[in-house]
Amino acid sequence: MTSQLIKGKNIVKDDWVISELAKVEEIVKMQAGKVVAFKLSGEDYPTSEQVKKTIFPDTGKILLPLKVFILHQEKLKERLANGEIGIWFSTHEEIHKFTEAIVDLNNFPLIAIHVEKFADGRIFSIGSQLRNKYNFKNELRAFGDVLRDQIFFLKRSGFNSYLIRKDRDAKDAIKGLDDFSDPYQGASDILEPVWKRSKR
Amino acid sequence: MYKYDQIDQKIVNERVDQYQSQLNRYLNKELSDEEFRPLRLQNGLYIQRHAPMLRVAIPYGLLSSNQLYKLADIADKYDRGYGHFSTRQNIQFNWPKLEETPNILRELAEVEMHAIQTSGNCIRNITTDQFAGVTDDEIIDPRHIAEIIRQWSTFHPEFALLPRKFKIAITGSTKDRALVQCHDIGLEFFTNTNNKMTIKVWVGGGLGRTPIIGSVIKNELEWEHILTYCEAILRVYNLYGRRDNMYKARIKILVKSLGIDAFKKLVDDEWKYIKNGPNTINTEELSRIKKYFSEPDYKKNIKNNLKDYKSNKAFNQWLSRSTNTHKKKGYRAVTFSLKETGCAPGDASSTQMRAVSNLSDQYSFGEIRVSHEQNLILADVQEDKLYELWVKAKEYHLVTPNIGLLTDIICCPGGDFCSLANAKSIPIAQSIQDLFNDMDYLHDIGDLNLNISGCMNACGHHHVGHIGILGVDKDGSEWYQVTLGGNQGNFASIGKVIGPSFSAEQMPLIIKKIIEVYLNNRQEEEIFIDCVSRIGLEPFKNYIYTDSEVSK
Repeated sequence: MTSQLIKGKNIVKDDWVISELAKVEEIVKMQAGKVVAFKLSGEDYPTSEQVKKTIFPDTGKILLPLKVFILHQEKLKERLANGEIGIWFSTHEEIHKFTEAIVDLNNFPLIAIHVEKFADGRIFSIGSQLRNKYNFKNELRAFGDVLRDQIFFLKRSGFNSYLIRKDRDAKDAIKGLDDFSDPYQGASDILEPVWKRSKR
Repeated sequence: MYKYDQIDQKIVNERVDQYQSQLNRYLNKELSDEEFRPLRLQNGLYIQRHAPMLRVAIPYGLLSSNQLYKLADIADKYDRGYGHFSTRQNIQFNWPKLEETPNILRELAEVEMHAIQTSGNCIRNITTDQFAGVTDDEIIDPRHIAEIIRQWSTFHPEFALLPRKFKIAITGSTKDRALVQCHDIGLEFFTNTNNKMTIKVWVGGGLGRTPIIGSVIKNELEWEHILTYCEAILRVYNLYGRRDNMYKARIKILVKSLGIDAFKKLVDDEWKYIKNGPNTINTEELSRIKKYFSEPDYKKNIKNNLKDYKSNKAFNQWLSRSTNTHKKKGYRAVTFSLKETGCAPGDASSTQMRAVSNLSDQYSFGEIRVSHEQNLILADVQEDKLYELWVKAKEYHLVTPNIGLLTDIICCPGGDFCSLANAKSIPIAQSIQDLFNDMDYLHDIGDLNLNISGCMNACGHHHVGHIGILGVDKDGSEWYQVTLGGNQGNFASIGKVIGPSFSAEQMPLIIKKIIEVYLNNRQEEEIFIDCVSRIGLEPFKNYIYTDSEVSK
């Protein structure tokens, strides 16, 4: 199978394994007869039960759920030093609640953000915060519902790798990176606004 | 006005290519309906009752004659010969073909226009005072910062997919005509005690189904920080705004649920580390933009000949209602009414558009403004040419002297066009206009804003109408709820519902009764809204609901 991972502007092999959270029964919440997507409203998820039950391989490069990493970080020290441990979290998780528990985000060679739905633009602000507020320097990856028409914005928000949704052509998605050549505002990739970059 | 350089032009051209590719992929079934939806919306394309609707941006309501000619051509070539000017100072075409939309955008790009971010959950068109730069109560011309914010917000990568739409309005006058207190962010410019351009920042105002007057988040913000400060507000909103319920997703709900102080703290925490960052505006950039809005070549010593027409009653009615004072002696700003009885409020035919373009070339330096009241304005007309202009404009039905009067109705497209609407709004506007067709009577009633929305999304700004009408759906039939006491401007307020709703047929009668109560109660020179504030809702309720014709 060809790879779905874009890094920079190329399709590359993905040598990381994503550790998925343990499945537990999700409680369906209703409000006014409608299912409420509580992951979108910011409730505590994953639950501590889920975090405890999550298991992951003992060797190799692995992307751990943020909370799972925090739970096991003592025994992961060596693997972390070997560059084998990355973390991932979802767009509703608040990174600032965990930064105290983590010594230095730059110990991770890779941080990945899971976006469940295309229309969830929180991922852009998370990218921007990781780059500018927390000074994360290494690979920042988007995965989940990641399609061609977001990745220009993802790139500008500080991401540099994109795992394209399985049913889409990653080669085609690369084209999205070049949608605009000279954007107006300063952002995480090009820091200066256009009126500082060029003589207008 | 602002003119594109190569950089602006390239962005707009690249946008057309991007959109063309998105549409092609959608037509080839490479994108699902759900995936295409946010993409087309970011480009102002709605799927409506009859055909797609394309909304074209008119940044802060400013148009050149050349652009308006192009809009007329587009109306003829791709639509049915007319366009609808919206309360967001934009124009909407109601009948384009989906496949032809990229061609429309390509033609628009030729005249420095586009449909970028005219809908969807992103930062929308920046709006401001329709009299910016010419009004005599202006402290600072808001168009400079409006253009800087327009560029900053165009394809801002972080705010491309917000929880919900986001609207910014700017005013630089003592009298607010931009509704800054009813916007997601409202910017009120003033000069501080050190004579520096400063901004009072409002946040979390809005109409829609939960109307809220905004709160002040910052009393004095120095102008160079406006982009980073907006960025901080938007980042907090983007991360914490609700995404599970679209009716609770606007920033006003977040501000309200956190409280302004807690919200402000979050914003300040974000702002801390971007304040003085790269997007801080410098004086060079401000002066570069300012140059585009420098004063036109005003004439001096214009002879005021208005006395010569003293006996022409129609002209004088128009003069008193449809022209505004100007900062330059001998000039006035002229408002062309798009509210003639029998026409849908805000609609203009291609013939009218061309006529207005032509008249602006002859009388007003080739520039036109669109007001949020859905009228068109020539901002710089010599007083000695007013009569000539009036005669010519009359031919095109542009001089109904009802600006600011009961029949100058703000109205959304409603159930005739819009798929969100619960009820029709244009026929209601028309039936009211029909009833109040006596100009003398209208002038006697005086200043009165009547606003109509076909659903609680409030595109017709019914909450801030002195009289507001809201279309509601009850068991599948159309009803209308009436509010009184709404107001826009510095003393903005939300209207209160007077009681159970009415049928479409009853509406003209109800408005007539409201006016009767006002006329019976008003004190000398007291305008409608002041009378309502003084006497309250009771006299209106009593008079309306005790009538057997009404309460059946």
